[in-house]
Amino acid sequence: MSVSASPDFVATGSIGRLKRVRVSQRMRNVELILILIASAINVAALVLVQWGVLGKIDAGPLAVCGLLAVLVLSIHVAMRFVAPQADALILPIATVLNGLGIAEIYRIDLALGNEGWDSLANKQIAWTALALGAALGTIVLIRHQRILQRYTYVAGLFAVILIALPMVPGLGISVNGARVWIQIAGLTFQPGEIAKIALAVFFAGYLVQRRESLSMVGRTFLGMRFPRGRDLGPILVVWVLSMAVIVFQRDLGTGLLFFGLFLVMLYVATGRGSWVALGLGLVAFGAVVANQTLDYVHGRFANWYDAFNDANFSADGGSYQLVQGLFGLAHGGVIGTGLGEGMPEITPVAQSDYIIASLGEELGLAGIFAILCLYLLLVGRGLRIGFAGHDDFSKLLAVGLSFTIALQCFIVIGGVMRVIPLTGLTTPFLAAGGSSLVANWIIAALLLRLSDSIRSEPRLVVG
Amino acid sequence: MNRELKRVTIAVIGMFVVLFLAASTVQVITADQLYADSRNTRTIFDSYRYKRGSILVAGAPIAESVPVDDNYRYQRTYPNPATYANVTGYFTLNQGMTGIEGSLNNYLSGKTGSQFLNQLNAILTGQEPQGATVALTLDPVLQQTAFDALGDYEGAVVVIEPSTGKILAMVSKPSYDPNLLAAHNADEVISTYNTLIEDPLKPLIDKSITGDMNPPGSVFKLVMVSAALESGKYTPESTFENPAQFQLPGTDVFIENATHTSCGPGATVTLATALRLSCNIPFAQLGLQLGRKAILDQAKKYGFNTSFEIPMKTAASEFPVVMNDPQTALASFGQYDVRATPLQIAMVSAAIANGGKVMYPTVLDQILEPTLKPISQFEAKEFSQAISPENAATITQMMINNVDNSNLITNVRIDGVKVAGKTGTAQNGDGEPYTFWFTGFAPADAPRYAVTVLIENGGGLGQNGYTNDIAVPIARKVLEAGLNK
Repeated sequence: MSVSASPDFVATGSIGRLKRVRVSQRMRNVELILILIASAINVAALVLVQWGVLGKIDAGPLAVCGLLAVLVLSIHVAMRFVAPQADALILPIATVLNGLGIAEIYRIDLALGNEGWDSLANKQIAWTALALGAALGTIVLIRHQRILQRYTYVAGLFAVILIALPMVPGLGISVNGARVWIQIAGLTFQPGEIAKIALAVFFAGYLVQRRESLSMVGRTFLGMRFPRGRDLGPILVVWVLSMAVIVFQRDLGTGLLFFGLFLVMLYVATGRGSWVALGLGLVAFGAVVANQTLDYVHGRFANWYDAFNDANFSADGGSYQLVQGLFGLAHGGVIGTGLGEGMPEITPVAQSDYIIASLGEELGLAGIFAILCLYLLLVGRGLRIGFAGHDDFSKLLAVGLSFTIALQCFIVIGGVMRVIPLTGLTTPFLAAGGSSLVANWIIAALLLRLSDSIRSEPRLVVG
Repeated sequence: MNRELKRVTIAVIGMFVVLFLAASTVQVITADQLYADSRNTRTIFDSYRYKRGSILVAGAPIAESVPVDDNYRYQRTYPNPATYANVTGYFTLNQGMTGIEGSLNNYLSGKTGSQFLNQLNAILTGQEPQGATVALTLDPVLQQTAFDALGDYEGAVVVIEPSTGKILAMVSKPSYDPNLLAAHNADEVISTYNTLIEDPLKPLIDKSITGDMNPPGSVFKLVMVSAALESGKYTPESTFENPAQFQLPGTDVFIENATHTSCGPGATVTLATALRLSCNIPFAQLGLQLGRKAILDQAKKYGFNTSFEIPMKTAASEFPVVMNDPQTALASFGQYDVRATPLQIAMVSAAIANGGKVMYPTVLDQILEPTLKPISQFEAKEFSQAISPENAATITQMMINNVDNSNLITNVRIDGVKVAGKTGTAQNGDGEPYTFWFTGFAPADAPRYAVTVLIENGGGLGQNGYTNDIAVPIARKVLEAGLNK
């Protein structure tokens, strides 16, 4: 499309363009202010960490994080050109979560004496730069989500390959028993994180094609309409895939995430509550079987419902970590110890899976509430795109992507807070881990793209 | 589709509400319970964050907590570590605590009930809550002199103020550095601890009040003389047979005096002479005449068979309760199963110096709140009246005579000051090194210091050393340091 500079707006095809020209940068201006506030919060967090742990201000890390703020601003500037109508909250929220994560990771590095490339904070900063680059690339290259819809089955195949990668001998490595990482030239990556995006694209595209036949055709059995076998096939494939991840890669969290993602998208596409019940039944069935047949799953359950039992507490791979995390959260109380003033490093993997317990200790219940509200707001913006979207693919993709964030938060934070058994997943944007950061920033970029497309298209201009 | 979306949105909100509730439960509702869990290392670290009270000697700290930059916030330091190690004890992360650090931990850490309101007040006024300060009765000059005078000997020195029972010095050697055990690295502490505990010289044992106690040997004769005079049947001029060898009744065992001769010339020897020359045979006879029970009663009045809290728990010195006659005869000159701490022997001297009155021994002078208001204040406490003032005066004269008119204790004579004293050279079995003792007090006419010196392992000379050369000069240095103040 060529942009016309003419003030005339008779042709219907140019209404959207015109609207875009007239309100053009209002969203972006709001976003700019919010990014500056988010960056200020991030700098303040780093300064407080340095003040609390070192008792002095070290300019080095502050400068590096300043560069990250510049990268975020460059995304913002790019969006002024390629996605001016995109949601104004997503970028600032992701920025402040990412920054808080870096501050807390850095704080624990200081406590543990990690320096150079042993420092997870340094790695996290490098990964953040990479992730911001990926987000920028996503926004600039994918000018409309329709491009993605075209590659529905490619995305599905891509997801399966990514999920299977860690099982390739010589490529995959096991960490703490879970085989979900691959290692190339000394760098480790968790392909499952990217797979969830590919899966969301695949599900969205597939369900758009099949939603009619899935919901209309089929036989009724026990008062419930079941789809035809060929329509049901993919559901079972996903369920088998999820169980395979749980069984062979020993990764409960990711398996649960994939399945939950599919279930929600299926429900939104078909409106069949009975299938959600069926899916949950499958999860429950899988959980019962896994509890009885897989030692590590059984251990997770035991650590959860009997965490304070001394036998579990002192057992190898027992509830020590869970209980230490709870001790840390309790130590923080309502207002927290203050950044740099707690002892989060006592808890194992305080920088990745347990980042939320670390932040809870130092920022208190108040900080946890603030972080949860940020997540809720982020997920809410995503769901709002789902409501506003006018093609099924956009709606489904927006729901899928934002729901992965919500479910991932629930699985990992709920695990840390002992609502559900603990599974190894990263807290989006906060936790140390490159693959997760890249994946979540790409999700943020896709949500931005979706929101821009929806707002820019003629139908929404009217409303 | 929007109907389903609405439900998904509700489900998402529901998930977050669960997380909000869970966080509130963990961080508020069950927080106290979690904090009190014995496995909560954060609670242990927090207990270190209270500024632990100092231990003072004459107003200067011998143990204090200084701020550091780690999870513990404060580092326990001991400015003069070796000299006071047995008194302060150690305070470790994972190997417990001893000495004052252990016995007064509740005060030092600020956890006693009487300190609660002060702590609350400190928190409310924004001050750093801190433990109580403990002031000791020790005299830094005497302590340092005794520590230096002991040199490389294995042994101990105890100095008591006779009129009050205040311990003015208590030194144990070899010593150690409690700073090493106060490290904040658990592995380092364990490795240091293991090295110290495996050291054959047992530096962690406070020889002045505990440990494998030594037979008191001839210094026990002061208890024997006390029992004799208190019985009313003896005076210093009472006489005993004076053979060169004495057969223990009912056995074919012969005992001798240290000189392997009779106790001076003559067929008989007086009690005073026997004490002055430290002869064994007359005391064996005395013991057999008095009987086990009378000696036991006298020993108990001096504090034998009692554990004192000074406030560290002392080992109870032992006088056997069940003995036959030959054993009683051996016990009468401080052998057989009689065992004593240097503190106990110092208490005997101090009682004689104090008109026969045994004062309860202690190193604790004051416990002070952070505001320096005393929580507890020293009060002299009588333990017992071991002997009458008259008999105490009589024994004092005999002890002055020991120093002035015997060549056994020449090295404690001080110009212009009357010194009362008694030595002991205890045997530990065939070929085993001797244990050397000196106990006494000065000035004998107005006693200020009762001192006891213990040297183990023969002072490194096996059975070839002499008390007068090894233990007695140490006592003189300590007494001179006190008298010259």
